[in-house]
Amino acid sequence: MNHSRVNDLYNRHYGGLFLFIVVLAIVPFFVNSFFLSVLILVGLYAIVTTGLTMLMGYAGQISLGHAAFYGVGAYASAVMTGTHGMPGIVGVLVGVILSIVIAVLIGIPTLKLKENYLALATLGFGIIIFTFFKELKEITGGLNGFFGIPSFSLFGFSFDTDLKFYFLIWVLLIIGILFSKNVIDSRVGRALRSIHGSDIAANSIGVNIQQYKLKVFVLSAVYASVAGSLYAHYVTFINPNLFTAMESINFLIMVVIGGSANIWGGMIGAIVYVLLNELLKDIVPVFFPNVGGEFQIVFFGVLLVAILIYMPQGLAPTLGKLWGRLVGRKSKKQAVTGPPNADATVGGSK
Amino acid sequence: MSKRLLEVKGLTKAFGGVVAVSEVDFHLNQGEIVAVIGPNGAGKTTLFNMITGVLPPTSGQVFFDGKELTGKQPYQIAEAGITRTFQNLQVFENMSVIENVMTGVHCRLKTGFLQAGLRLMGVKKEEQQAFDIAMSCLEKVGIADLAFEPAEVLPYGNQRLLEIARASASSPQLILLDEPMAGLNPQESRQLVDIIKKKREEGMSFLFVEHDMETVMGISDRIVVIDYGKKIAEGTPAEIYENEKVIAAYLGTEDEEEAI
Repeated sequence: MNHSRVNDLYNRHYGGLFLFIVVLAIVPFFVNSFFLSVLILVGLYAIVTTGLTMLMGYAGQISLGHAAFYGVGAYASAVMTGTHGMPGIVGVLVGVILSIVIAVLIGIPTLKLKENYLALATLGFGIIIFTFFKELKEITGGLNGFFGIPSFSLFGFSFDTDLKFYFLIWVLLIIGILFSKNVIDSRVGRALRSIHGSDIAANSIGVNIQQYKLKVFVLSAVYASVAGSLYAHYVTFINPNLFTAMESINFLIMVVIGGSANIWGGMIGAIVYVLLNELLKDIVPVFFPNVGGEFQIVFFGVLLVAILIYMPQGLAPTLGKLWGRLVGRKSKKQAVTGPPNADATVGGSK
Repeated sequence: MSKRLLEVKGLTKAFGGVVAVSEVDFHLNQGEIVAVIGPNGAGKTTLFNMITGVLPPTSGQVFFDGKELTGKQPYQIAEAGITRTFQNLQVFENMSVIENVMTGVHCRLKTGFLQAGLRLMGVKKEEQQAFDIAMSCLEKVGIADLAFEPAEVLPYGNQRLLEIARASASSPQLILLDEPMAGLNPQESRQLVDIIKKKREEGMSFLFVEHDMETVMGISDRIVVIDYGKKIAEGTPAEIYENEKVIAAYLGTEDEEEAI
């Protein structure tokens, strides 16, 4: 037997990633300031959706409450740096710790639920947290919002321009994606996917499904919280309406658009969502001068349904195939089905 | 005879007023193949679900290898050395064949979230280890050539073999097979019987529920017969073949006709 074939199992070639990073490094110097801010928003969302992809796409657990963790991170950073004058990293860490605690407390009871019930429970949780943001006026400023969040700085280096912030976000995103990919291509990833495949069978072969569900829920909460913290520093003003259930649904839409069973899906979904959203803002008033933001909700609702029907795997597998053709290498999907030239007679008895 | 591996004492399951399994006792020695048979609805699957921790028993105990397993979670029972296959197949359709079996190696490995995410030392070694174990399990059931296929495209018979490979990947001492022959053609059944016999020679024990009497009589060392939740007979295939209670349970007696 050819033992090196373990390497055929997961596509762990980083040539494409390298190229992608080069593009990412060049792009900001060729776009205007508006587009740069759009790219920053894409990066922030993509950090959230990458975590969510692990939770939803791989482990199969739906969450409609991740805007809450995004908000917890944002408010933790706002309060720590804005109110208490602490360094940015403290805000991020406080947000992460708070999110972990909340995710564990919420996750233990809710993750026993399945599918629709879990979705509803997390939706309810999101609304509860939203209410906290709204009502804890002394800390959060309530519906008036929280003003004057300073720009993020790390070890004395201040990310005070959009360009610097762009690099901060996208470096963090790439690290987040690589971490997720490593998790997925391992014992842990198989355990998560087995829960999605058949939780009863997963349990019967030794996967502690409650523990894995909880851990991946916590991990995705951490991703959302970190993104939220940085979002607060970027926009410098936050209010509870940025972290509503609708925002959670937007995250879900991004994950579905991108492709929930592909680690790049979260990012692709965020790119497509944000770009389409900006495009709609420009185009719609031209044709329908009197409609407002509701149009977007309708549009993305229809898009969500269309993707679920015609492209249940999302855009990522299609883009993966295109990329594979472009560089003349097998895409991940094909790698799983095995290289055609592989010696297919390993101990087969037909 | 060798040591007692599994011991079931007074196992009872009541769903409200309905007693599905009542006071069942039996044991299984190391290296034995024991069949549980009985008419439909006799409580065989409930019995299986209690042994594997899917259902908590109402009363009674399960001992395995000297330790009590009663009330433990399925994953803990798998860690203790009992795995199972399912009557209605539970293959992980979102994975390739080899990944299915590699997941079966789960409790022999250690990699956690942080180790995996940072790809620390040891992860690669464990991946290779899982792959090698999984490949050899697939070879033993004869579907190693399908290792990289998505599990969902496998025909029914091969999915059964895949479940057995997955169940044996953690090197359990005992595998529970829930109607392993259901839906297999005669040739596939014979292939499966050969695999079970071969694994027994390697020291693995089997407890299985089955309706196909040819298989039951052919490979079982002992047979436990259950009817209406109660054990009505236990013995070698030859003894069970002659047992009047068993014949009555399957074919019915005249005064029971109406009840059926």
